[in-house]
Amino acid sequence: MNSSPSAAIDIHDLHVSYGRQRVLHGVDLSVAPGEFIAILGSSGCGKTTLLRTVAGFQKAAGGAIRLFGRDVVNMPPEKRGMAMMFQSYALWPHMTVMGNVGYGLRLRGVPKDEIRTRVAKILKMLNLSGLEDRKVTNLSGGQRQRVALGRALAIEPEILLLDEPLSNLDAKVRVQLRSELKSLQNQLGFTAIHVTHDREEAMTMADRIVVMDAGRIAQMGSPKEVFDRPNSPFVASFMGAENTIDLDVNPASKGIEVKADGAAATAWDGRAPPGRVTAYFRDDVASLVDPNARIDGSIVLPGTITQRTYPGGHYRYVVAIADRHFTVTDDDYHELDRPVGLRLPLASLHLFPTDPTKGGNHA
Amino acid sequence: MSVKLRLSSAGAVPEPRTLASANRSLSVPREPAPSAARVRFWALGSTLLKVFGLAVFAFLLFGPLANLALWSFAERWYAPFKLPVSYGTRYWEVVFRPTGDAMSSLVTSVSIACLTVLVALAVSVPAGYALARLKLPWRTALMILFLLPQAFPSVAIYINVARVFYSIGLTGTITGVVLVHAAHGLVYSVWIAAAAFAAVDRDLELAARNIGASPLRTFFTVTLPLAAPGIMASAIFVFLESLDEFTGTFFVGVPQVTTLPLLLYNSSMGGNYQIASITALILLVPSILFMIIIERFLKAEVLSKVGQ
Repeated sequence: MNSSPSAAIDIHDLHVSYGRQRVLHGVDLSVAPGEFIAILGSSGCGKTTLLRTVAGFQKAAGGAIRLFGRDVVNMPPEKRGMAMMFQSYALWPHMTVMGNVGYGLRLRGVPKDEIRTRVAKILKMLNLSGLEDRKVTNLSGGQRQRVALGRALAIEPEILLLDEPLSNLDAKVRVQLRSELKSLQNQLGFTAIHVTHDREEAMTMADRIVVMDAGRIAQMGSPKEVFDRPNSPFVASFMGAENTIDLDVNPASKGIEVKADGAAATAWDGRAPPGRVTAYFRDDVASLVDPNARIDGSIVLPGTITQRTYPGGHYRYVVAIADRHFTVTDDDYHELDRPVGLRLPLASLHLFPTDPTKGGNHA
Repeated sequence: MSVKLRLSSAGAVPEPRTLASANRSLSVPREPAPSAARVRFWALGSTLLKVFGLAVFAFLLFGPLANLALWSFAERWYAPFKLPVSYGTRYWEVVFRPTGDAMSSLVTSVSIACLTVLVALAVSVPAGYALARLKLPWRTALMILFLLPQAFPSVAIYINVARVFYSIGLTGTITGVVLVHAAHGLVYSVWIAAAAFAAVDRDLELAARNIGASPLRTFFTVTLPLAAPGIMASAIFVFLESLDEFTGTFFVGVPQVTTLPLLLYNSSMGGNYQIASITALILLVPSILFMIIIERFLKAEVLSKVGQ
C-alpha cells in the first residue's frame, strides 16, 4: 500500500464528509511528477470535493494526502505550496492584472522591480502583454482565465489544480486555452489535476483519466484504455457507450458462441463472461448490412429503418429492432421502412454480466 | 432627519411634470362625444387630486424646513405677524462666534460621533465577519441580540444605563456618551457589516490562501477591501445616528457633555428659536452629505444580504 516517495501527489484512503453525509469513500490515487491527470465524472460524484480537499479547502475525515512524500492532510491551504484555477476565475476585482498576477510574489517578499519583470514575462507567455495596469473587470472571459492562470503560475508551483476552469468559456476560446494549457505544462513541467465533466476535454488533455462515481474511483487509465476497455457498465456509458442490448454467451467447440434474441448465433474467438450478458456500445460502432448477412465476429440484428436525417457528410438512421430503437450512421441512402440488418462487431462491444438487481439504471 | 430629506427630494421631482399634464388637459377643447367627455372629466379629476395630494405632501415636508430657514434669519418676529418683522444674520454670527456654545457643541458632537464610529467598527468588523463566514450555532439569535437595544423603549433603557454608569463614574463623561451611542449604532453596523462580508465570494479568499496568504493576510488584502464599501456605509450610518442622538446623551451626558441636539433642545426650551433653528440647519449638513455618499457606496448586492 505504501507508494513510492517519488509521487508528486499520493492520496491514500481519503474520506470526506459534509456533516453526516459521506462524499468520498476511500479514494486512492497516485500522480507522478509532471503527469496531467483528468478527474472525470458527472456532477455530485465528488470530483470537485476531491480537488478541494487536496487544495486544503475541505477537511478530510480520514486518510492521507502526501505531496512529494510530505503529508499535508492537516495543513492549511497556504502551507501546501500548490496553485489552483477556479471555474469562476476568482480574480480580485479590486486589483489590476499586475496586482493579481504579482500577489503570490508580493507574499514571498520579492522586490518590486523583480515582480514587474517576472509578471511581464508571464503575461508575455500568456499573450497578455501590455495589460498590466488594466482592471480585471474590463477583460473578456478568456483573458480573465489567462490572468488566473498567470496568477497561479507566477509562484512557480509544482502542482496545479484545475477546477473546471474552461467550462465558463465559449467553445472557441475553450479549445484554444486547452492547447495553451497543455503546451505550458509540457514547457514548465508542473503536475496537474484537472477536474472536468467534459469527456472530450479530459481525453485531449490528460495523460491519465480517473473516472469517479458516487465518491469512489470507478476506473483509471490512459484515455485510450478507459475509452476502449471500460471496466464497468457505468464507465462504459459515461464514455459514450450508451446503447445496450442483451446477449447470451455459450461455450462452443471453437471459442464461444454469441446469440442475440431473435438472431442467429455467431461464433467468436474473443473473450466474454458466459451466460446472460449486457452489451454496451456507442452509436458509431453499428453499421447497416443486409438483414440475412452472416459475418464472423459480428452479430447482425434484423430490423427496419424508421427515421432518416442528414446532419451532413453521412445519413443518420433510426433502426427499430423489436421495440428498441438504435441510431446508426451510414454513407448510403436507404428507403424508410426497409428491412435492414444492424451489424455490431463483437470486438467493439463492452460485455458485462447482466445483473438483474443492478442492470439498466446507468445513464 | 436624513430619511425625511430623501423623501422630499423624491417628492419634488414628479411635481412639475404632473402640473404640466394638468394644464394640458385643461386647455384641450371639449369634444361632443359624451363618453369621451366623461373619461376626460375623470382624468381631469384624478389629475387634480394628485396635484392636491402632492401639494399637501410637499407642504408637510417643506413647511417645517421653510419655517426653520425663516426663523434662522428672523431678528424680530412676534405674535400678530405672519412673517418676521425684521431679517438679519445676527444670530448666525452669535452661533459661529468661536467662543459660542454652538461651535463648542459642534466640536463635541463631531468628536463623539467619530469616537463612536471607531468603537462600533472595532466590534462590528470582527462580529460581522464571524456572522457572515463562520458556522456559528445560534447565528440568528446573535443577530437578533444586536437588535435588542432598538426593541425596548429607549427612555427606560437609558435611565437604567445612567444609573449603572453613575455608579462606575461614567455619567457626564465623553466615554459614557460614546458607549451609549456605540451600543445604539451597533444595530446598524453589525447587520450591514455581516451583509458586506457575506457578499464577498468565498473563492476569492480561497484563491489567496491557495497561493500562500495566511488567513490574516487574506482578510486584510482581499476580504476587507472588497467589503469596504459596505463597512463604509455602516460607519456613515453610525456617524449620523450619533450626531442625531438625543435621549441617551440627555440621560448619560448632561450637564457636562453638550452635543448639538442638546443645545437645540436647551435653546428651544429657553425660547431662543433663532439659535435652535440654526443648530437644526447645521445638523442637516452632515446628513445631506452622507446620504449622497451612501447612495454611491451601498450596492444592491450588499443591501440584498442585509439580515440574511
